[in-house]
Amino acid sequence: MDFSEDQIIRYSRHILLQDVGVEGQEKISNGKVLVVGAGGLGAPVAFYLAAAGVGTIGIIDGDVVDLSNLQRQIIHFTEDVNKPKVISAKEKINRLNPDVNVITYQELLTSENALAIIEDYDFIVDGTDNFPVKFLINDACVIAGKPFSHGGILRFDGQTMTYVPGTACYRCLFHSPPPPNAVPTCSQAGVLGAVAGMLGTIQAAETLKYLTGVGELLTNRLLSFNAKTMDFRTVGTRPSAKCPVCGSHPTVTQLIDYEQAVCDISNRKKH
Amino acid sequence: MDKTHSAKSPSGDLGVTVNGKSQELHKPVSLAELIALNNITQPDMVSVQLNGEFVYKEDYASITLKDGDEVDFLYFMGGGNL
Ligand SMILES: [Zn+2]
Repeated sequence: MDFSEDQIIRYSRHILLQDVGVEGQEKISNGKVLVVGAGGLGAPVAFYLAAAGVGTIGIIDGDVVDLSNLQRQIIHFTEDVNKPKVISAKEKINRLNPDVNVITYQELLTSENALAIIEDYDFIVDGTDNFPVKFLINDACVIAGKPFSHGGILRFDGQTMTYVPGTACYRCLFHSPPPPNAVPTCSQAGVLGAVAGMLGTIQAAETLKYLTGVGELLTNRLLSFNAKTMDFRTVGTRPSAKCPVCGSHPTVTQLIDYEQAVCDISNRKKH
Repeated sequence: MDKTHSAKSPSGDLGVTVNGKSQELHKPVSLAELIALNNITQPDMVSVQLNGEFVYKEDYASITLKDGDEVDFLYFMGGGNL
């Protein structure tokens, strides 16, 4: 890949990094990343990956922008309310960096479409906040042998880990989704907006590390932090032989659509 | 060698590490009891690792902690639709 003069300037702060350089930037520019969810996590992830010049960014989200999203979903602006999130995100990415090819999927990730969609990508970012899709992404990536970044946020807390084939997957740590009635509902949940940014930028950094091969990924480790205390903690994990999807006797051999906790917050416009 | 059943040192205390912090137990307790001791109000939203290994919920009551065990409560993080 030959970078134009403008591109050399645009990406100069990457190119200046000894570990990245022109070669690393080429890997970023050739990279294809799927961001699942254009919400609290997907917004900062997509923004930073776009700024970094990731060649192809796929974004899947079936929702439209709601006024209550703007407190943290920084890729959507006030005038985007009621616009499909994938369109809103694509518009911002194009304005930030026209080098990026944005592919949008205005739908939900399901057991039906997951494998076909992730097939085209080098790395997948879980930017969702519901467990059925988190497990779906994990299972699809394990089955397809794709690396991904898991991310979850709640209130003042965040959690993330990176999977590459052969390392501990999300199910090695969390065998199956929590019962839907135990999951905090929309109205109980809440999240400090900046926590989404803290976690999303960690996921974006992991993505860029994966594409460039720089450093040590957050594999076989679960990083958790609490923004109230600003304590960060990393728990060592390892692939579990008992894991339902990557273990020695897998019971999950095809994708599952788990029951979704119903979101009944009154100001959400679902239709 | 088997500290499980001979854990009653003169003081009767055994030390475990819970989420990276040491905790003294004054008598042998099960994982289920440790969960209660740590005021985990929603055990359904927690996954438990014992010395780096996932533990099935069904085994919480039957596992007795040994001196030096490391327990991690990993929280399911998510909810709502963010
Ligand atoms: Zn696994």
